[in-house]
Amino acid sequence: MAGLTGKDQVLTTYANKLATLDAPKGRSLTQDAMRRLVRNKMAVISIFVLVTIVILAIIGPYFVPWGYSQVDWSNIRKPPNFEVGHYFGTDQNGRDMLARVLQGTQMSLIVAFVATFVSVTIGVVYGAVAGYFGGRVDAVMMRIVDIMYALPYILFVIILVVMFGRNPVLLFVGIGAIEWLTMARIVRGQTLSIKEKEFVEAARAGGAKPFTIIMRHIVPNLTGPVVIYATLTIPEIIIAESFLSYLGLGVQEPQTSLGTLISAGAPVAEVMPWMLLAPAAVLVTLLFCLTYIGDGLRDALDPKDR
Amino acid sequence: MLAYAFRRVLSAIPIALIAVTACFFILRLAPGGPFDGERALPPTVLANLRAHYNLDQPLVVQYFLYIWRLLHGDLGPSMVIDGFNVSQLISIGFPFTLTMALCAFVIATAIGMLAGMVAAVYQNKWPDYVLVLAVMVGVLIPNFLMAALLQLWFGVYLKWVPAGGWVSGSVWHLILPVTVLAWPHAGRISRLMRGSMIEVLGTNYVRTARSKGLGERLVLSRHAIKPALLPVVSYLGPGLSYLLTGSLAVEQIFGLPGIGKYFVTAALNRDYGVVLGTTILYMFIILALNLIVDLVYAWLDPKVRYR
Repeated sequence: MAGLTGKDQVLTTYANKLATLDAPKGRSLTQDAMRRLVRNKMAVISIFVLVTIVILAIIGPYFVPWGYSQVDWSNIRKPPNFEVGHYFGTDQNGRDMLARVLQGTQMSLIVAFVATFVSVTIGVVYGAVAGYFGGRVDAVMMRIVDIMYALPYILFVIILVVMFGRNPVLLFVGIGAIEWLTMARIVRGQTLSIKEKEFVEAARAGGAKPFTIIMRHIVPNLTGPVVIYATLTIPEIIIAESFLSYLGLGVQEPQTSLGTLISAGAPVAEVMPWMLLAPAAVLVTLLFCLTYIGDGLRDALDPKDR
Repeated sequence: MLAYAFRRVLSAIPIALIAVTACFFILRLAPGGPFDGERALPPTVLANLRAHYNLDQPLVVQYFLYIWRLLHGDLGPSMVIDGFNVSQLISIGFPFTLTMALCAFVIATAIGMLAGMVAAVYQNKWPDYVLVLAVMVGVLIPNFLMAALLQLWFGVYLKWVPAGGWVSGSVWHLILPVTVLAWPHAGRISRLMRGSMIEVLGTNYVRTARSKGLGERLVLSRHAIKPALLPVVSYLGPGLSYLLTGSLAVEQIFGLPGIGKYFVTAALNRDYGVVLGTTILYMFIILALNLIVDLVYAWLDPKVRYR
């Protein structure tokens, strides 16, 4: 029967062409998404700006002439002055604003990424478990999420921070532990549809345990929505952190974050505008970039959602 | 409809109870107490104070005492502010917070709906682009930064409005706080309105209405607006609760006499009664708003069944 339909012949020629790199190559879903992302100009610019800010925040402090907690006694409350190396001016204590903004950006970024990691981990595991087991487990778990939604968010963050004390590590965890609710809902919804797919059934028929199925078969298929939502969570967390710092509950002196800097700059903005404008510009740029990247990723990974 | 409402109220009770319990224990398990001042109190005074507020009893006993009082509508005394109980503090601060949030709510909802509609009708033309940018700015810039920038520009440089503080009965002092509070809300509403309006304008019944010769204005007012309002309505409840909690922050920034001032200081001083009382108040408001939204939604959309 071989060769009756000519199928083998076609396939063989195609295989030969592939071997000599002559045939049109298929594109994977990831490549497809990348192409769509690259075509989105705002997203590309945003990625570029974000990467620049991240690099500057990490290596910048080593190239700045002043340290972030170093006091320059001869230049207190001075506007930007290039001759002595205070490119963004100095604050009331004579500390260099450029160094402080760099350190603050670094701190805000670290808080954002750690807290996002915490919230994504909790949200994905919680949502996947609730969605996979369904029934009563699902009902109880989602009811708990409802309860936490009913708690006024800001009040809860303040209570948590007061409870944990002003330890920055616990601050990250505290913020992350609150931001997971929406993630859990999204993941649960996705899991409900994924668990009906054939490959999950096949895994179950093959005798895989629920935990293995969730970790091996369901969670990897959640990557798209999780990545999108995580990118959109980062700005929220940056805002939450800077708000807490603004209230004086967040990062403590001499360490600083963008929120702390803004709260220090706001009351004196009339006489020393550089103290407010520098951290504010960085914060706004960060938030805009992250949002554009999040939107771009959503359009790229989930084209039917447009 | 009534039975549906009744069932919804019943199902909210356990949620409220569990949330109160969680808050109570989280607060109490936190280190520190309301009487840790700068100077340590003499032990006998401290013991008397603790006995007066029942803090010397086991935690579980305190919990049931609290719930028992709560069921009688008594939120307990403030442990830090002498001579005031929590209900009094709330009745001093909350009307202001509520007024401000409602002002912002009404203004923002009206502007947001209108702007969303305009953007949808002029989709991908300049009014649309201007709106999208205004929404981005409002939603992305955190309220404390927006407040600082507006204060600096309109309050200090242009001197159009007072930059902060409060004079009783003065509308001028409310302009900046309400703007800061309302902008993000208006942004989210207009985004929702734009999206659903575009969707509705593409449906078959709108095409039918157009093809039978109705003017564009009639098509919008008779056929498009009501269905386009559905997602907006479902956001109004959470929106108002965001405004009420956001108001705490804005009060703090502008130095306004709402409940936010009490809450933050109370949390820092471990004034258990005030923190719990405010949280419970907010929780009930949020639950009530969600309930109202569900009922309105059921009324607007006949497809929702009263399950």
